[in-house]
Amino acid sequence: MQQQQKVAALSYSFPEEVLEHVFSFIDSTKDRGSISLVCKSWYEIERWCRRRVFVGNCYAITPAMVIKRFPKVRSITLKGKPHFADFNLVPEGWGGYVCPWIKAMAVAFPCLEEIKLKRMVISDDCLDLIAKSFKNFKVLVLISCEGFTTDGLASIAANCRNLRELDLRESEVEDICGHWLSHFPDSYTSLVSLNISCLANEVNFPALERLVSRCPNMHTLRLNRAAPLDKLANLLRGAPQLVELGTGAYTSEMRPEVFTNLAAAFSGCKQMKGLSGFWDVLPSYLPAVYPVCSRLTSLNLSYATIQSPDLIKLVGQCQSLQRLWVLDYIEDAGLDMLAASCKDLRELRVFPSDPFGLEANVALTEQGLVSVSEGCPKLHSVLYFCRQMTNAALNTIARNRPNMTRFRLCIIEPRTPDYLTLQSLDSGFGAIVEHCKDLQRLSLSGLLTDRVFEHIGTYAKKLEMLSVAFAGDSDLGLHHVLSGCDNLRKLEIRDCPFGDKALLANAAKLETMRSLWMSSCSVSYGACKLLGQKLPRLNVEVIDERGPPNLRPDSNPVEKLYIYRTISGPRLDMPGYVWTMEDDSAYLE
Amino acid sequence: MATMGHGLNLKETELCLGLPGGGGGGGGGGSEVETPRASGKRGFSETVDLKLNLQTKEDLNEKSASKEKTLLKDPAKPPAKAQVVGWPPVRSYKKNMMAQKVNNTEDTEKTTSNTTAAVFVKVSMDGAPYLRKVDLTMYKTYKDLSDALAKMFSSFTIGNYGAQGMIDFMNESKLMDLLNSSEYVPTYEDKDGDWMLVGDVPWEMFVGSCKRLRIMKGSEAIGLAPRAMEKCKNRS
Repeated sequence: MQQQQKVAALSYSFPEEVLEHVFSFIDSTKDRGSISLVCKSWYEIERWCRRRVFVGNCYAITPAMVIKRFPKVRSITLKGKPHFADFNLVPEGWGGYVCPWIKAMAVAFPCLEEIKLKRMVISDDCLDLIAKSFKNFKVLVLISCEGFTTDGLASIAANCRNLRELDLRESEVEDICGHWLSHFPDSYTSLVSLNISCLANEVNFPALERLVSRCPNMHTLRLNRAAPLDKLANLLRGAPQLVELGTGAYTSEMRPEVFTNLAAAFSGCKQMKGLSGFWDVLPSYLPAVYPVCSRLTSLNLSYATIQSPDLIKLVGQCQSLQRLWVLDYIEDAGLDMLAASCKDLRELRVFPSDPFGLEANVALTEQGLVSVSEGCPKLHSVLYFCRQMTNAALNTIARNRPNMTRFRLCIIEPRTPDYLTLQSLDSGFGAIVEHCKDLQRLSLSGLLTDRVFEHIGTYAKKLEMLSVAFAGDSDLGLHHVLSGCDNLRKLEIRDCPFGDKALLANAAKLETMRSLWMSSCSVSYGACKLLGQKLPRLNVEVIDERGPPNLRPDSNPVEKLYIYRTISGPRLDMPGYVWTMEDDSAYLE
Repeated sequence: MATMGHGLNLKETELCLGLPGGGGGGGGGGSEVETPRASGKRGFSETVDLKLNLQTKEDLNEKSASKEKTLLKDPAKPPAKAQVVGWPPVRSYKKNMMAQKVNNTEDTEKTTSNTTAAVFVKVSMDGAPYLRKVDLTMYKTYKDLSDALAKMFSSFTIGNYGAQGMIDFMNESKLMDLLNSSEYVPTYEDKDGDWMLVGDVPWEMFVGSCKRLRIMKGSEAIGLAPRAMEKCKNRS
């Protein structure tokens, strides 16, 4: 009793300003959330001084609710479409419109400095509104977004005097005119980071050169494919302080002076730590980057269609490498070299050069991944496309790397078994989840039965995101995951024989997760309706391009299902092929 | 929340365990190819095309699971590419980026078989509520494309192209008939920003220059015809 009184007395004895000051050192959303739960006064203090808000699903909450709770936000991150939208599984027009957010924030957050969006739709009008509403606007990051053109960018360039960062990573931009860059006024010098790698057409290069050379704090520059290699040297000379560079097409007519200029320019870049770009690589130009290789921590060669020997020569020079993204041209031999040379490697992604070919076109097998898992003690994040795998290899990888946190394996042909034993890969993936106790993200592939899900449910206690395709035998599989994975936030499933039973039996679990995606499974319309009725804090969206689901029997499986928790009720911007299940009797016709 | 399954018919319908929807319509939202339509007017019932692994709803209900497996991996059938939408999970963005070939020819040093080249274009249809995206490299002829578009927007009919799936540009009166009808014709925006009738150039050239597709009523497309024929005549 006395102890409680003591604690209460302590917390009341701190003036608000002190608490606010203490809170200002705490940035993570999770910790901020914890702080706000301590007591009412902490909740109040915290909400007035929260500067960064992260909304993992833009439909989970309304702009008004965010504004009401956090009146002084300076930075907002919003995510829209489900992850499987990246693979064309979400039809066009599904949603993810940022406009209502921008409109609301234009009024409520005049001091807003940062907007970061992922998989959202943003229009030129919206960009214009951003450009004109926020006087101190600094950071615009649009990852995998769409809906805008270079005209919108021109408005940003013209109006945002304090812009530091413009990152259009992997967005779809309608490229109307490369002169949008010229809209940055001559007096503008504060650019730090520019990523235009997604633009299809040439930008006005002289304008770019002038921009880069007058911004002394430029740190990151990612050019697009159309940026000519023979102009890169000049650009680099104007910005030798660059830390991250994305080249354009890495090819040109073979002229000796282009090469020597380029090599000299790279020699001048003493701070360079990361390289990307490298479309259409002409291997004889690669040695120009050798001067920076030993300092490189990040290398993205996922567009570089060069063969293993050239890749080996390049990567072999990069002993400080922490992150490598590369095509499977690197082959097992290249990965062996990587394992031997790059002891600091933390993240490896190997992409397929010929994902739709029927046969392997490169000598890349499970062995490459095993080598890297053996040779690189800090490796904890893997994305690996290959055509064959064994349980033994997975077992070895698991035992080598218990520190694995992200493991995404894609065996290209669905339902491929262990090629040596012809058995399922249940035990291999089982070993991964058993040994890698901190695993946060897992993607499965190959031949898998319900057993793998039993392993996952038993061991993967820290797992937050799971991606499943062409796997499992019955609802039991889904049930294992939903009932066993305590920290599951995102689950995405396609083409699995999972139906109603597991979903309905674990309905409450769905409110503890951000979202669930199921497509080409066996969940019936009736089950969807039931979930929608019983769980008001979930939006159960049925996506079905065959037409209204209530025209078919209740037992009919839906094409796609997207369930997410929300406190803002059903959304109002759905296209004609999306229906939200409510406890509205109109849907029960 | 344990006992919620009252009265629901939980019969496993085993929807689409097989590799569904093959080359046709692969690039788009996809599931209209994967799952047979209940009310399909055309397309599916006519083309139980094993190469594309399409099935009617009736067939699906009748067939047993073992038959499905046969369709999956029947050695007697030619090795169909049987592409599944969104698999392998490679970002379409990445595929497009790999494909936007700059035409210089210094790649003699490369020996890659570069088959990742994809050309995604948006397809809209006047009156349809949604846009689609298709990968033009999934098709080899105009007929393939026309079939795929028909499936995608199957509640509308697309004008009859004739045997080769190409509008006969040389035959003015035939062309005019088509364009005067209320049937739909596909048009596309080419590299120059002009809107043309689909079919005016050889297929490969079309894939290289098409930026966007729009399916409109023949009567609306009539304005395009003279220009299309002009361009066509200039090329031949």
